[in-house]
Amino acid sequence: MLGKLTWAAIPLDQPIPLVASGVVGLVLVGVLGLIVVKGWLPYLWREWITSVDHKRIGIMYCLLALVMLLRGFSDALLMRSQQALAYQAPGFLPPEHYNQVFSAHGTLMIFFVSMPFVIGLMNFAVPLQLGIRDVAFPTLNSVSFWLTATGALLVNISLVVGEFARTGWLPYPPLSELTYSPGVGVDYYLWALQISGVGTLMSGINLVTTILKIHAPGMTYLRMPMFCWTSLASNLLIVAAFPILTATLAMLLLDRYLGFHFFTNEAGGNAMMFMNLIWAWGHPEVYILILPAFGVFSEVVSTFSQKPLFGYRSMVGATMVICVLAFSVWLHHFFTMGAGGDVNAIFGILSMIIAVPTGVKVFNWLFTMYGGRVTFAPPMLWAVGFMVTFVIGGMTGVLLAVPPADFVLHNSLFLVAHFHNVVIGGVLFGAFAGYTYWFPKAFGFRLDERLGKWSFWCWIGGFYLAFMPLYVLGLIGMTRRMQHYDVAAWRPWLLIAGVGALLILAGIILQVAQLVISIRNRESLRDLTGDPWNGRSLEWATASPPPAFNFAVLPEVAGEEAYWSIKERAREQAQAEEELSYAEIEMPRNSPTGFICAFFATVMGFALIWHIWWMVALGAAGAFATFVVFAWRNRSEYVIPAAEVARVDRAYRAARRKAYADLQAAQ
Amino acid sequence: MILFDSLLIMLAIVGPTILATLGFAWWFRASNPRAQRLPDWAYSGRIELVTWAIPLLTITLLGGVAWIGSHQLDPARPLASKTPALEVQVVSLDWKWLFIYPEQRVASVNQLVIPAGQPVHFSLTSASVMNSFFVPQLGSMIYTMNGMAADLNLQADEPGTLWGLSTHYSGDGFSDMHFEVRALDAAGFAGWVAATRQGGPVLDSARYVELAKQSIKDLPSTFREAETGLFQKIVSQELAPGPGPQDSHGGQSGQSAQGRATTGAQTAALDAVICITGER
Repeated sequence: MLGKLTWAAIPLDQPIPLVASGVVGLVLVGVLGLIVVKGWLPYLWREWITSVDHKRIGIMYCLLALVMLLRGFSDALLMRSQQALAYQAPGFLPPEHYNQVFSAHGTLMIFFVSMPFVIGLMNFAVPLQLGIRDVAFPTLNSVSFWLTATGALLVNISLVVGEFARTGWLPYPPLSELTYSPGVGVDYYLWALQISGVGTLMSGINLVTTILKIHAPGMTYLRMPMFCWTSLASNLLIVAAFPILTATLAMLLLDRYLGFHFFTNEAGGNAMMFMNLIWAWGHPEVYILILPAFGVFSEVVSTFSQKPLFGYRSMVGATMVICVLAFSVWLHHFFTMGAGGDVNAIFGILSMIIAVPTGVKVFNWLFTMYGGRVTFAPPMLWAVGFMVTFVIGGMTGVLLAVPPADFVLHNSLFLVAHFHNVVIGGVLFGAFAGYTYWFPKAFGFRLDERLGKWSFWCWIGGFYLAFMPLYVLGLIGMTRRMQHYDVAAWRPWLLIAGVGALLILAGIILQVAQLVISIRNRESLRDLTGDPWNGRSLEWATASPPPAFNFAVLPEVAGEEAYWSIKERAREQAQAEEELSYAEIEMPRNSPTGFICAFFATVMGFALIWHIWWMVALGAAGAFATFVVFAWRNRSEYVIPAAEVARVDRAYRAARRKAYADLQAAQ
Repeated sequence: MILFDSLLIMLAIVGPTILATLGFAWWFRASNPRAQRLPDWAYSGRIELVTWAIPLLTITLLGGVAWIGSHQLDPARPLASKTPALEVQVVSLDWKWLFIYPEQRVASVNQLVIPAGQPVHFSLTSASVMNSFFVPQLGSMIYTMNGMAADLNLQADEPGTLWGLSTHYSGDGFSDMHFEVRALDAAGFAGWVAATRQGGPVLDSARYVELAKQSIKDLPSTFREAETGLFQKIVSQELAPGPGPQDSHGGQSGQSAQGRATTGAQTAALDAVICITGER
């Protein structure tokens, strides 16, 4: 009846996951209870869960990422404390648990923190920057989000029911094959990623279509803000690379479920094929994550230097070069397979070549600051912190791309330090910069700056304290994923790294405090201008938060930096804003399709993991029926009358005029 | 050496870049009245040329280093030496290392004894999942994979006691997959071979099948005789890959660990092994 699922799947004998999941469960029940008691459920359902508004979906993506960051970071704390304690001692996490922790940490941080964070920012900002009303396929967007949430949910269910993979964040066979991993852990991993991978791919298609096809009048490709360009590159990579991931994981699933032999030891299977395929996705994935972050930094550095981006066309070129080269370097993840001098050298050099356009970008940000009027609001702090930190990560990356060096550093903590250096120093700092930069646009009030700055300093200090020792440890021979060790020389460095993790914890606590306090003080932090940073692109041309239709009248774009030139023109002509002619607007109707689809996908994924075949059929039928119902819909849009558009827009413009007048009076 | 060459080449660029970032950000801060403002300056062909040229030149230089280094230090490339290389066959098992000396017809588990001053050619494979063989003080690491044989050439220049480990995660017993490496002078190595031949069990196919079962923290041990062609049988999968966990939970630590018989010559090495589970 319930397949492999029995009471034995609940880890009653392991206090750590049980207590942790108990606490999480209580918090969940508490939050849900509060929502029901306060009567917020209809509001949430109407305005958020069924929303197809790209801004709402973007915000929900970011929220998912932030919540998963807490989970992924608690795994990191567990690992740091285990390695701090486990010198000639077993520590407090036995291998079978410790191995799940580091596997879950990597999986969560890449797939359910970094990915939703950058996709959320792109979803939120790209249509606004392009001066349009929504993405190309609004309902698909909602489906994408909810499928990603399904994946995250499945990974977290594994904490309570069964186990997670013990294979590392990339499940290399033969270890991940049924022979060596007979438990459900790898299946949790595979189905969580397959389901969320579908969401990611659809999101990629959606954003590529949007950026290529839908623009405000006059917004040619070479007038798009840098963030739109890097989003385009990133989503092109998603469209090209995620099918590889899906196919590779599908092959592993066939091995595990139907006795195929793609990657097994027996019957002609070949594990090397998995490594090649997974990295053919995995390396582009690195750029899928970092390119949007580069875009955020381009916007932030230019805005807070009050200057246009230096070398815009050069930046566009560099972005697209990275996009193409991303597919040509995958082999550098396994030089130590011993492919021979020629192969290794070629892939080593190709990997280094990617550093050229990246280096160009760093120099261009540098010269964007040159001659500017730099102010250090939190987004700019993250950007400067990134520039300093990222070049170190880039340098160690090029070092690892030198094959003879990789032959002594591969899989060591030097490698771990390197990719945390670029993922934290690049992707995460970029996400935080974007979060603090666009928060006032999303909610109409700023985040508390003082707490933001404190949090930044804790994060960056904690980062250096936690990861510089790992470089040293890698150089003195410590390999990754060790549950315990006997080498005395490693211990002091691991203790320092543990202190660094605590400092990062302080940074995260300050971020949570920043959010809570800012919400409480929202009236004093209110921004009525819609343009709190004196921005240069179109998202700042509308109200904060923007109305559902984003722009009452689509803006006319006359050059690069669309909003800046509009503001300049207005200043030069010293004119009052002309009265706009409003027209009615058609907007997509909200739809529960995404949520219901994801509900059935969750049921199906869970059933597949536990071999509950009737439930699989139920889930599949439900998801398909949802799709059919949506496909046969009669009405997909609703009309906002011109009078309503005019009312909303005039109210915003009046508030903005008053806010600027107040500002001038204050000066 | 290559590591430091590469590091220096890059530091020459990265150091100034970091300083320039901090310098520009500080000098052009809004509150600095002495800074020159260029609010519309966004293009300079000359600077663009330099920003593309600097990384390009750096990478050209480093690419040369990488090309030469990849070939010179290719692990499969035999070391230049007057003495012919000693052949050692390495098998990674769940979760221990097996070293077979085909010319001497002896074998050992979790201890590698090599002659100093003579190149050693390793042929490596895995009995089950992937591992990576690494003796940090000797040089390169290389993956071990079932059904495949890899080559690695190393040499210990001086006698001494070194330390080796697996650098590719391989499951629950991974953290204990390290081994002692003893580099002995020529006479010492011959003596070790002779002493090993005196006692201990024989390593034949049946014994290997036993050895391939999962176990953690095996004590170092030796075999007085190793079946000829055993390594080839493992690579060609004539001997089936390791069986994996025997219970549904996948080899719980400690339970399946069994201290294997040790010969008198190895008691010294016992001191180096720290027992945690208390079973032994």
